[in-house]
Amino acid sequence: MSTTGKVTGIISNLVLVEVDGPVAQNEICYITVMGTRLMAEVIKMIGKTAYVQVFESTRGLKVGDGVEFSGHMLEVTLGPGLLSKNYDGLQHDLAKMDGIFLKRGDYTEALDMDSQWEFTPLVEAGVQVGAADWLGEVPEGWLKHKIMVPFVLEGRYTVKSIVPQGTYSLTDTIAVLTSAEGDDINVSMVQRWPVKRAITAYREKPRPSRILETGVRVIDTLNPIAEGGTGFIPGPFGCGKTVLQHALAKQANADMIIMAACGERANEVVEIFAEFPHLDDPRTGRKLMERTTIICNTSNMPVASREASVYTAMTIGEYYRAMGLKVLLLADSTSRWAQALREMSNRLEELPGPDAFPMDLGAIIANFYARAGMVYLNNGQTGSVTFIGTVSPAGGNLKEPVTDSTKKAARCFYALSQQRADSKRYPAIDAMDSYSKYIEYPEIQDFLKQTVGEEWVSMVYKARNTVQRGKEVAEQINILGDDGVPLEYHDRYWKSEIVDFVILQQDAFDNIDANCPLKRQKYMLEKVMGIADMSFKFEGFEQCATYYKRIINTLRQMNYAEFQSPDFKKYEAELQEIFNERKLA
Amino acid sequence: METKAFQRIYTQLTGITKATVTLKAQGVANDELASVAGRLAQVVKIMGDTVTLQVFSGTEDIPTNAEVVFYGEPPTLKVGDDLAGRFFDAYGKPMFGAAEIEGEKVEIGGPSVNPLRRKQPSELIATGIAGIDLNNTLVTGQKIPFFADPDQPYNQVMANVALRAQADKIILGGMGLPNDDFLYFKNVFENAGALDRIISFVNTTEQPAVERLLVPDMALAAAEYFAVQKNEKVLVLLTDMTLYADALSIVSNRMDQIPSKDSMPGSLYSDLAKIYEKAVQFPEGGSITIIAVTTLSGGDITHAVPDNTGYITEGQWYLRSDSDTGKVIVDPFRSLSRLKQLVIGKKTREDHPQVMNAAVRLYADAANAKTKLENGFDLTDYDERALNFARDYSEKLLAIDVNIEVEVMLNTAWHLFAKYFTQTEVAIKNELVQKYWPKN
Repeated sequence: MSTTGKVTGIISNLVLVEVDGPVAQNEICYITVMGTRLMAEVIKMIGKTAYVQVFESTRGLKVGDGVEFSGHMLEVTLGPGLLSKNYDGLQHDLAKMDGIFLKRGDYTEALDMDSQWEFTPLVEAGVQVGAADWLGEVPEGWLKHKIMVPFVLEGRYTVKSIVPQGTYSLTDTIAVLTSAEGDDINVSMVQRWPVKRAITAYREKPRPSRILETGVRVIDTLNPIAEGGTGFIPGPFGCGKTVLQHALAKQANADMIIMAACGERANEVVEIFAEFPHLDDPRTGRKLMERTTIICNTSNMPVASREASVYTAMTIGEYYRAMGLKVLLLADSTSRWAQALREMSNRLEELPGPDAFPMDLGAIIANFYARAGMVYLNNGQTGSVTFIGTVSPAGGNLKEPVTDSTKKAARCFYALSQQRADSKRYPAIDAMDSYSKYIEYPEIQDFLKQTVGEEWVSMVYKARNTVQRGKEVAEQINILGDDGVPLEYHDRYWKSEIVDFVILQQDAFDNIDANCPLKRQKYMLEKVMGIADMSFKFEGFEQCATYYKRIINTLRQMNYAEFQSPDFKKYEAELQEIFNERKLA
Repeated sequence: METKAFQRIYTQLTGITKATVTLKAQGVANDELASVAGRLAQVVKIMGDTVTLQVFSGTEDIPTNAEVVFYGEPPTLKVGDDLAGRFFDAYGKPMFGAAEIEGEKVEIGGPSVNPLRRKQPSELIATGIAGIDLNNTLVTGQKIPFFADPDQPYNQVMANVALRAQADKIILGGMGLPNDDFLYFKNVFENAGALDRIISFVNTTEQPAVERLLVPDMALAAAEYFAVQKNEKVLVLLTDMTLYADALSIVSNRMDQIPSKDSMPGSLYSDLAKIYEKAVQFPEGGSITIIAVTTLSGGDITHAVPDNTGYITEGQWYLRSDSDTGKVIVDPFRSLSRLKQLVIGKKTREDHPQVMNAAVRLYADAANAKTKLENGFDLTDYDERALNFARDYSEKLLAIDVNIEVEVMLNTAWHLFAKYFTQTEVAIKNELVQKYWPKN
């Protein structure tokens, strides 16, 4: 007999319920309002009163309305068919909902429960298995979706029986497992998992040791993110956060992309809905939608499920990681999630922390970022979840609590600068303020030396240094005037401008320049740093500026041309001629 | 509201604050409306049998034995074709003693559109103002505010935009509108003979501030009727959203909520998003486009209201007065339309994106030259030409009193390029220069 209750108080979407039995913290319950069941989560208990946050509008709710408790926390449904789906924050399939408007309490199934799958067993009866071990696989689009021992099972089990290769329904029993105590457990292709708990059924989570290529130069070259790493992008509105996230979703070298649109604009999600089914994945030639799952809780959808949406996305990511896949999770924006926490903390009348955010905001954010990572699975293979979140700092202030807490949790920081955006230097990532801790990891440095080149890391540091020195002389020139500084200052400034225009800036709307593979990034950086080492002969600063502008223009034409194509080579030859005009031996 | 048989009546208030009253009552639903001594109120909190009501027009003069009548329903609006051409107050009651309209009753502040059922916006709305059409184009289904200091003529600009825009219906939501501005809107609409496609919901500064909170939801409920049921292109004008946010902060303050940045409620982002996200392009052809006004204090866009707005809306138009020409212009640097890429060069002439970028870039060169001049450095010949170009560009294109077709704007820009610059300086793709560079 499950616990039930009656509503005793309502403050917006915080509802007080008097209960008649045991209730767990974070348990899910359903409140019946005029025949509609609304989902809610327990967030506080005092005596017989449960404080629940309702994931929907509470309009029309009355004191005395009935409540049923489900006995479990907020869960997601995991199984074949997740790929390419569009979900709301609570994993309800948006495509299955009727009508133009979202109806309160219209909870659709996450998976197509009667769908049929072509199952191939990977183990035989008699073997010993544990949680997350692969029992078999089904083809889901292009990938081999592993059917695993449910994550909730603890200890070792013996496979008593497993079905032969063939077509089975999602809910058919495909294997029977026997526990050490001799109990039989039927396993189907579907399992459930509470979103707020990390899936830890893997052997080991080592330090990341490879980088995840994104095709964005300012990230891959200067501030690389590791496979299984964490990063965040704070920036004022209008600085290109969304364009950058979409670029990552389109180009990153991952098997699967999960996009959590958390409290952002609906038209931006519509853009993904409209474009991704038509865009090709440059690596595989398949459509981008075939590797993408969208969790969509736009800003006008219920606030409480905003918080749930990022956890839903992370859990799906961890599920695919357990299959040995490289998953990239993008969340836009985690500030909205923090705001949802703030609203609820406020209604609970908790003592506020900085800017009225809850005191444990930093801990919640750190906990969430910690769920990303590369892991060794039980069978020795690797899988990873790389997480990049955006943050929308209030008033563009990077010291506000959400940015500040995230900075402590994430290992890469991609600061979008208003100043760069204003001067149309996109992507507006400020290379100096931004950092990647991974580039300091000996494991990552070894990886870069082996895959990119022995000298690569030192060249990257040199490029950073060039930009830094350029920035310093630019300030001098601004104060003292063009002719108030030595000519060498202009030379130094323009060399940093080459790095800025050719390496840091990138045209996300150009078919070729948008996606720059690491091999090409290396070629261009070597070219640019080669110029930084050259000395040229100038009579005055105007000559210097004109000359370097020509170099920049030619290098940019190279960026726009297909790598090593005749056009590319033509510009490269032109560049050589330009050097010959003024180069000192 | 008409009297109904099952209405529950109470006459004993247990508490009164400036904006709320509390009483003991049973069977009350959350968000339900009631009248307190004849004034409209809404249920905002229920604790056991203690109900808190927010009284929209304030609690002045309400006695503890005031009559409280519960209506048993949340705020509604009667929608129908009769709405067109009428003026309503914040409660959706006709103004000037006009008769109630006939129609279906709908709840205001209803559910949001399933994002999967939206269509990507792709139709341009021309306004005749080059700062908008040329540089930061308005698209159906978009939501975009004017950021303006209180001394800018934003309501006049908005009235102009409304009348020139090719929309089937224009819905004005006035919040804290000065009575003079309300009469201005009314006159302009009447004189233009456009009244039959205009609907107004107005709360003026003479009326209580908290009433304003109903205005956007009323306006958008009406908009949804025409966009969904009639597949019409609806343009919603909301002025001034900063005053709406002020009303939110008053209520949250009275409810003892902990304020966040700039004394605004912590839920400001969600509250504003709920309104702005009603902007939508429906697959059947109907659309809701929202143009709002957010007044700034001293041009400060880091204040909580413009800041949160910027994260929600699809760009902003920034009004400022240009000291060189003495005209009010739409600032090309700080303004942005995030949806313009969907229409420029596609629904307009092919050269539109390049001309727009080139003109703004040259205008930026002029701004640099101006800084140089102010710092006492010498100007080059190029600087001089850029400054002259900027003056013409500002007067002939950016000024908000300009009213021309997009094609004329493009031709004007080409003419200005040719007047002040060489083809290399303008740096537009060669095939476009061949086609559009003025021949003489």
